Amino acid sequence: MSDIAAKEPQGHIEVRNFSLSYDGIEGPVQAVTDTQIHVKPGEFVSIVGPSGCGKSTLLNAVAGFLKPTTGIVTVDGERVNGPSAERGMVFQQYSLFPWKTVRENVEFGLKMRGMPRSQRERAARTLLGLAGLEAFEKHYPEKLSGGMKQRVGIVRALATGPKVLLLDEPFGALDAQTRVIMQQILTNMWQRLKISVLFVTHDIDEAIFLSDRVYCMTARPGSIKAEIPIPLERPRQQSMMMSSEFLALRRGLMSLIREESLKAMGGEINDMGMQGLNIELHGHSLVEVL
Amino acid sequence: MPPSATPPSFGTLALRWYRLNQGRLRATAIGIAALIAFLLVWHLLTTYRVVFFVRFTNVPSPLAVYASFTKAMHDPKFLMHILLSCRRIFIGFSLAAIIGVPLGLIMGRFKLVHEIIFPVAEVLRPIPAIAWVPMAIMLWPTNEQSIVFITFLGSFFPILVNTLHGMSLVDPVLVRAAQCLGARERSIFREVYFPASLPHIFTGLTVGMGVAWVSLIAAEMISGQYGIGYFTWEAYSLVQYADIALGMIAIGVLGLGSSLLIRGAGQLVMPWRAK
Repeated sequence: MSDIAAKEPQGHIEVRNFSLSYDGIEGPVQAVTDTQIHVKPGEFVSIVGPSGCGKSTLLNAVAGFLKPTTGIVTVDGERVNGPSAERGMVFQQYSLFPWKTVRENVEFGLKMRGMPRSQRERAARTLLGLAGLEAFEKHYPEKLSGGMKQRVGIVRALATGPKVLLLDEPFGALDAQTRVIMQQILTNMWQRLKISVLFVTHDIDEAIFLSDRVYCMTARPGSIKAEIPIPLERPRQQSMMMSSEFLALRRGLMSLIREESLKAMGGEINDMGMQGLNIELHGHSLVEVL
Repeated sequence: MPPSATPPSFGTLALRWYRLNQGRLRATAIGIAALIAFLLVWHLLTTYRVVFFVRFTNVPSPLAVYASFTKAMHDPKFLMHILLSCRRIFIGFSLAAIIGVPLGLIMGRFKLVHEIIFPVAEVLRPIPAIAWVPMAIMLWPTNEQSIVFITFLGSFFPILVNTLHGMSLVDPVLVRAAQCLGARERSIFREVYFPASLPHIFTGLTVGMGVAWVSLIAAEMISGQYGIGYFTWEAYSLVQYADIALGMIAIGVLGLGSSLLIRGAGQLVMPWRAK
C-alpha cells in the first residue's frame, strides 16, 4: 500500500448551505440548519457538540447515507450522491462482520473492488501488521477486545485507500486507557497515509488532542457555533494535555459546549413539565441542582 | 518445557482429562442411568400388567419390542418402510428449504414481494399439515406425491417464517459498513443479509425438520401403503402390539438423527458461532 502514502494529499470536503430535516408526526423536524464546514486535503478536523445536536447526521450526509434537504456536499469538487469506497467510515459499534475473520473483514473492500484473492490476502496481512494485529488474522471479531475490534474497523476502512476517513465517535465505547492508545494509533495512520479525517466526538480532550481544527455545534437544530484552530505542534504527546495552551483551548471549548448542553437540557426539562420546580435555566445553578 | 522435566505419567494425564471433562461425564452418566430407569419402569409396568387409570394390559414389554426389533432387522420389508419414509422426508424437506429460504430472503429484501406473499402465507400457515390430506389427494395424481407434498408443507412455513425473521433482524449498521466499502446491492445480499440471517435460517430448518416428521407420519397413517407411519398403524390393525412400539421408537430415532444432521450442518456453515 506504499502507493497511497506517496500520493499527494487528496480529499477536500466541502459542505455548503447545508440543512437537513426529516418528517415527524408534527411536521418536519429540523436536525441541522445553515451549516458550512470544510476539511482541507490531509487535514484532521473534529466536530463536537452536545448530544443530539446533529453532528452524526452531518457526518452521515458526508458519507452519503443521508441526503441534504438543502445545500451540497462535495469531495474534491464531486457531489456526494451515496456511499462509496472513496469515503471510508468507522462506526462507534465497530460494525465488523461477525461471520468474517479479522483478515476477511479487512479484505472486504478490496474484494468488492474485484482484487484477486491472493493479492488482497497479501494486502490485508500487510495492513494488519501495521496495526499490530497479524497474530489475530484468523480470529473471528467476537473473540477480540473492544480496542482490537476498532483497530480492525479502522484498518478495514483504510484498506481501499479512501480519500477521506469519517469516524463517528469511534472510541466512545472504549475504556480510558485503550482510548488513549487508539488515539495514538489513529494519529500515526493519519500521518502516514496523509488523508483527510472528519472526526465526530463528544470528548473535548480527544478533539483537541487529535485535530488541526475543531467545529463546535449548537444544540438542535444544529449549526456551527464556532470554529477553533488547534495550533498545538505535532507530533503531539500525552504530556501536552497538561500544557497551558491545551488547557486554555479546553476551557474555551468547554464553556461553548456547556452553554449548548444547558440549552438542550433546558428544552428537555420543559418538555417534562418541570418548570414548576422553578429552576433557573442559565449558568451553574442547573448543573448544581442536577 | 525444560528437557529435564519428566513427562507426566499416564495416571496424572488421566486425572487431568477427568477433571476437564467432569461436567460432561456427569451428564452422560445421568443420561444413561435415566434411560435404564425408563426401561426398567416400562418393564415392571408391563410385566405386572398395571392398571391405574391407564392400562398396561396390552402394552408390549421392552423385551418383546427388542425381539420384534431383531426380527425386523432381517425383514427387508421393515427396512423398506424406513427407507421410503426417509426418502419422502428428504424430498419434501429439501424442496421446502430450496423454496423457503430464497423466498424468505427475497421477501425480507423487497417490500413489494413481502406485501404480496405475506398475507397469503399467514392464512395458509395455521392450517395443520394433516388437514391438507384430503386436498393433497385431490391435487396430486399419485399417493406418493401427495405424501411428499404434505411433508413439504409442514416444513415450508417454519423455514419461511424464520428466514424472514432473520432478515428483519439484520443490523443496518453492517449494511452501511458494506456500502462504504464499495459493496453494491448483490454483494450486500450475499455478504451481509445472507450470512446475517443464517442462524435464524438454521432455526427454521431445525423446526421445519421436526414438523416434516409430524406431517409425514400423519399422512402415512391416513393414506400410505408404505412408510414407518403406515407400519405403525398397520401393526395396530394386525394386533402386532410389539411392532407399534417398534414403529414409534424408529420414528423417534429417525427424527433425532435428522435434527442432529441439521445441527451438524449448521456448525459447518457457521464456524463463527462455534461454542
